[in-house]
Amino acid sequence: MEKTANTKTKQIITSEDVHLYYGSFEALHGIDLNFGEHEIAALIGPSGCGKSTYLRCLNRMNDLIPGVKITGSIELEGNDIYAPKVDVVELRKRVGMVFQQPNPFPFSVYENVAYGLRLAGVRDKSLLDERVETSLKQAAIWDEVKDNLYDSALSFSGGQQQRICVARVLAVQPEVVLLDEPTSALDPISSAKIEDTLLNIRDKYTIIIVTHNMQQASRISDRTAFLLNGNLVEYDKTEKLFMNPEKEETSDYLNGKFG
Amino acid sequence: MNSKAANNVATGVIYLLVTAVVGILIFLLGYILITGVPHVSIHFITSAAESFRAGGGIRDQLFNSLYLLVLTLIISFPIALGSGIYLSEYAPHNWFTGLIRTAIEVLSSLPSVVVGLFGYLLFVIKFNLGFSILAGAIALTFFNLPLLTRSIEESLEDVPNLQREAGLSLGLSRWKTITGIVFPAALPGILTGIILSAGRVFGEAAALIYTAGQSAPTVSYTNWNPFSAASFLNPMRPAETLAVHIWKVNTEGVTPDALQISSGASAVLIVVILLFNLAARFLGNWAFKKMTAAK
Repeated sequence: MEKTANTKTKQIITSEDVHLYYGSFEALHGIDLNFGEHEIAALIGPSGCGKSTYLRCLNRMNDLIPGVKITGSIELEGNDIYAPKVDVVELRKRVGMVFQQPNPFPFSVYENVAYGLRLAGVRDKSLLDERVETSLKQAAIWDEVKDNLYDSALSFSGGQQQRICVARVLAVQPEVVLLDEPTSALDPISSAKIEDTLLNIRDKYTIIIVTHNMQQASRISDRTAFLLNGNLVEYDKTEKLFMNPEKEETSDYLNGKFG
Repeated sequence: MNSKAANNVATGVIYLLVTAVVGILIFLLGYILITGVPHVSIHFITSAAESFRAGGGIRDQLFNSLYLLVLTLIISFPIALGSGIYLSEYAPHNWFTGLIRTAIEVLSSLPSVVVGLFGYLLFVIKFNLGFSILAGAIALTFFNLPLLTRSIEESLEDVPNLQREAGLSLGLSRWKTITGIVFPAALPGILTGIILSAGRVFGEAAALIYTAGQSAPTVSYTNWNPFSAASFLNPMRPAETLAVHIWKVNTEGVTPDALQISSGASAVLIVVILLFNLAARFLGNWAFKKMTAAK
């Protein structure tokens, strides 16, 4: 099995032997995964396989859950993100996240996107305006909200809210964007728009997406990792993994024998 | 009995109970307002109370109630906000914080007479504050804190966890997430909590009899120096509030129109509390709109 995503692209995130315990329950049994810069990587697998859990290790969102223990190493550009001196706030600025449920703040669209910057200390109104517009454009939602920038973000549809959430993450200009099943609560048309958005921004960002939708993974990702019961079964170029998987479990899962 | 009949019976009983509750409420409000409002006039609200003659008003008592309320909120809100934030955002769920929560609940069910006597012994006597608005405000803070802390904690907890995750994942610190996202989202609820607890403070009498005192010395409303004994802003002066005044007029009033005064004062008290509740709703809605769509 090929462990490194691509020898030619620069590896932005490298992880080795990642174990995660919820109390005494071991949810991840040693995951080795590397992600190349400006690639879209998909994590697939049945419910409870640990794909979201693994994803949340990459920006230390699991720190918020009491009783979680993580061992092994995860490095962002060669620096251990679990080292004691690491500033988690700084890490999360570099590794942004979009969640399963659209979760815009109960503010206006403009405020939603500008908020991260504002609280990070950006005061310059013209810079804020520009960032808001760029981010909303990148997230392919600008045309739908440009006349209603000061309406509550909550007044938009779920699919629009999710793209506002993507724009909100892009506004703080992270290097890596993590997406935890971003389309599972959305209709197919909205999902397709999110997928377009991701393809749209891949030149600027590294994207890691968890999805239970295999077609989605095959449509948008460069690399796909298949996880099962807390183990990494296979990680390869998406085309190779879908057309010609090495492991029998992968092929069984892709063919719908279990799931 | 088939399920349809059972359903009808249950619905009927529920309607009956609701009617009873609403009926009692309307009767009480109606009685107080009908007997009280005829005695309320501009003169009644704007003139000082008389000790022996008829025709006294409630100007000072009304002002004292409002002033006491403001002072109480100034003292209790920061404390309640801090502890509410701690309990909702930082406190781990263990035996110790469980103990704190239980203690808060016990405190909230403390009889106000006990709070008053405690305040009397500790602040009025021991700390030598004398009968004063300040002693009253501190006693009412004891009374008010549990309610306010609880409502702030609950308003903060009502903010979905997804909002906190969203804030943290944007690279905001925990404190900035709380002050910048969770707090504004909880603000309408917090505001409602403040105003509702204010209504209770406004109507409180027992705790104040022993702390703020039962006399309303004549004060000058043009003297803005809070350190001057004659100033209406002086927090060290004794101050009879509206609720205390009603109690006093009824129990030991010697003016010939004691009954009319207490009816009128009751009506004013009820109206002010109603206004508080309406204001709570209005302000809550307004704040929510303001927060959910800037501009």
